[in-house]
Amino acid sequence: MKFVDEFRDPVHAKNLTKQIKLLAAQLSASDKQPLQLMEFCGGHTHTIFRHSIGQLLPRNIETVHGPGCPVCVLPMGRVDDCVALATHPEVIFTTFGDAMRVPGSKKSLLQARADGADVRMVYSPLDALSLARKNPEREVVFFAIGFETTMPSTALTVQQAKQEGINNFSLFCNHITTVPTIKAILDSPDMRIDGFLAPGHVSMVVGEQPFEFISQVYKKPLVITGFEPLDILQSIYMLLQQIVDKRCEVENQYYRVVPSQGNTVALKAIQDVFELRSFFEWRGLGSIDHSGVKMREDYAAFDAEKKFDLPLLKIADPKSCQCGEVLKGAIRPWECKQFGQACRPETPMGALMVSTEGACAAYYNFGDVDRLLERRDVDTPTAEVSA
Amino acid sequence: MKKVVPFRQGKLNVDKITLAHGAGGKAMQDLIDDVFVAGFDNANLNTLEDQARFDLSSLAANGDRLAMTTDSYVVDPLFFPGGDIGKLAVSGTVNDLAVGGAKPLYLSCGMIIEEGFSIESLRNIVTSMKHTADQAGVTIVTGDTKVVHKNAADKLFINTTGIGVIPSGVEVAATQACSGDVIICNGYIGDHGAAIVDARGELAIENTIESDCQPLASLIEAILGCGSDIHCMRDATRGGIATVLNEFAQASRVGMRIFDSALPVRAEVRGMCEILGLDPLYLANEGKLLAIVAPQNAEQVLQTMKSHPSGLDATIIGEVINKPVGRVLLKTGFGGERIVDTLIGEQLPRIC
Repeated sequence: MKFVDEFRDPVHAKNLTKQIKLLAAQLSASDKQPLQLMEFCGGHTHTIFRHSIGQLLPRNIETVHGPGCPVCVLPMGRVDDCVALATHPEVIFTTFGDAMRVPGSKKSLLQARADGADVRMVYSPLDALSLARKNPEREVVFFAIGFETTMPSTALTVQQAKQEGINNFSLFCNHITTVPTIKAILDSPDMRIDGFLAPGHVSMVVGEQPFEFISQVYKKPLVITGFEPLDILQSIYMLLQQIVDKRCEVENQYYRVVPSQGNTVALKAIQDVFELRSFFEWRGLGSIDHSGVKMREDYAAFDAEKKFDLPLLKIADPKSCQCGEVLKGAIRPWECKQFGQACRPETPMGALMVSTEGACAAYYNFGDVDRLLERRDVDTPTAEVSA
Repeated sequence: MKKVVPFRQGKLNVDKITLAHGAGGKAMQDLIDDVFVAGFDNANLNTLEDQARFDLSSLAANGDRLAMTTDSYVVDPLFFPGGDIGKLAVSGTVNDLAVGGAKPLYLSCGMIIEEGFSIESLRNIVTSMKHTADQAGVTIVTGDTKVVHKNAADKLFINTTGIGVIPSGVEVAATQACSGDVIICNGYIGDHGAAIVDARGELAIENTIESDCQPLASLIEAILGCGSDIHCMRDATRGGIATVLNEFAQASRVGMRIFDSALPVRAEVRGMCEILGLDPLYLANEGKLLAIVAPQNAEQVLQTMKSHPSGLDATIIGEVINKPVGRVLLKTGFGGERIVDTLIGEQLPRIC
C-alpha cells in the first residue's frame, strides 16, 4: 500500500538500526543508566509497540512514553461531566470511539449508554453537526477532545454551526495544549528526559517555532517526528546525532507533512473560537497552567459548559497511582506497584492504562516479551488475567 | 411420511409484518406457509408438525457422535456487500458444527421480527437462507416466529440451532496443538468486519470490501478427508483470528507465533484499518477458519484448501511454540515480537 509500506521497509529499518547502534556506542549512557528519549504523542507510542521498535534499540537507549494520549489524560471529573450531560433526556451526546471506555468516578460513557443515555460514536465533529441538523428537537453535544491536532476541525465545525444559525449544537470542550505540558514535565524535579520526539500532527498545525524554547531554554534536542516506524527510527537517529554532536536544536523529520510555520488557516480558526484556560486538570499530572482551551465569549451559545449546569467536580487520582512518575520517565510502567495488579486495561486505575495508546496499556497489551516473561516468572496470575 | 400441502399458501397479501403475524391465528399461518414453508421447502418441514423427526439409523450411518450448536444473529445492516443476515445465520451455525469435524445436517430457524418489518425483505432473507443451506448440504427442518412491538427489537433477529454427525475417527479439539505444528488460514482476514463498518455508511469512504460470509462445510470435509491429521480447527468470527489463536494457546497450554508479513489482509481492509486505527487481527470473519496441523501434513492441507473455492488464498500464517504458554506472539516485519492479546470489549476507532 503506497504511503505506508514505503515507510515500513525492513531493509531501511535494518540500516537505520545499524546507524543508531554506531551512534549509541559513542554515548556515555550505559545499559543501567540508559539515555531517555520521550515520545510525547500516543500515536508514536502505538507505533513503537505495534512494530516492536523498542526491541531494535540498543540497551543504553530507552523510549519514555509521554502524556500525549488525550483519552488517557482526561480526568475523572470531566468524564463525570460527560455522563451528566449525556444523561439529560434532550441530549444526544456524540464522541470519538475510544473516549467511550474512559472510566469516570462512577461510570464510563459506555456504561451510561447501557443505562439509557443517548451516546453516539462519531468519526468527526461534522458528523455531530449533521446529527444536530437532522434532530432539531434535540440538543447535540460534541465531546471535543484532543490536542492541537483535532482543535481545528472542532473550531471549523463551530464556525459553520454559527454561520448556519444552528442553535441545538454545542461543544463540551476538553481540548488540551502540548507546549505547556512539555514545559511542566521539563520543570519537574524528577525529570530525566534527554531528548524529545515531538508530535508530528500537532506540529502540522502549530509549526516548529513553539518548540524552540525546549532547545534554547532547557537545552534538550528535539525532532518533530512522523508516525510510521521508519519515521521513528530516523528521528531517534537524528536525536542521537544531535547528542553526539552536542547540539540542541529543533529538527523536522516529518517535513513531508509539517511546514515550519504550521497551518495558518487552522491556527486562525483555533484563535477565533478558543482561548487559553488559566489552568486545566490532567489525569496523572495534576493541574497544569494554560494547558487547556475554552470557547471564547463570541461562541458562548455553543459552549455546553455554559448551556448546561454541570457538576464540574475535581476527582483526585487514586493515591497509589504512579502515572505521573511513569510520564516523567522516573519509573517504567511495569515498575508501578499497581501495574497488572489493581490496574489493568479492563479496570484501569490510572491514566496510562486507559487507552491502547497509553504507555501502561501498551506494555500490558503488546508487551515487551522479555520483560513480561520476567514478570510472569515471579507472578504467574498477572500474565493470565486477560484469559 | 405423508406430505401436507400447506393450506394457506399464497394468501399473504400485505407488505409489512404486524403483531397479528405473531399472534397464532390466520395471519401467522399465512406468514409461515407463504414465507417459511414455501421458502425452506423440504419434506421434514412440510409435514407441519411441531417438531422435526429424524431416522436414527440414517444419522448413525454418518458417524458415531452427534454435534449440536446454537447461535443468534443480530447484524446491522441486515443486507451488506457479500451477504445478509440469512446467509450469515446459516453459515455461522454450519461452520460451528463443521470446525468440530461434524458433517452438518439439520438446522432450526427462530425469528424475532420487529413490527413493521418488510415482508419482501423477509422473503429475500428466507431465500438466501435456503440457498446457503443447499450450498452447505443442510436442511432447515423446524422453526419459530415471534413478532415484537416496534422498537422492542432491531428489525430482525435470527437464531439457528444445528445438528451434525461426527464421523468415527475424527478428533478435532482446541486442546491438541503441539509445539512445531503449523497454523493455516483459508484466506484473507477481516473482510466481514470491514464490510460491516463500511456498509453502515458512517464513513464517507468509497469502498468495495465484501463480507467473506460463507459455509465452510465442504472445505472442511475436503481437508478432513485428505489423509492429514487436523489437531485444532475453529472459525474466526467475532474477535478475529487473534481471539481464536489465544483460545488454542490457552486450551493446549502452548504458545503461538504468527508472522506479520504472512498475514493475508486485502489492501482495502488494511487501508480502512489504518484510517480508523483498527487491527485486522481482531476484525470479524464469517468464512475463515484456522487449522492447526502437524508440520509434515501442512503442505497437503494447504494444497487441499487451495484447490477448493473457499480456500483459494489459503496460507500458512504461523507456528505453535512451547513458550510463552497461553500467549500469542506476533513477529513484526522488523524482527521484533509483540504479544497479541484478546480484546477486552469491542474494538473502538482511535481519535487521531
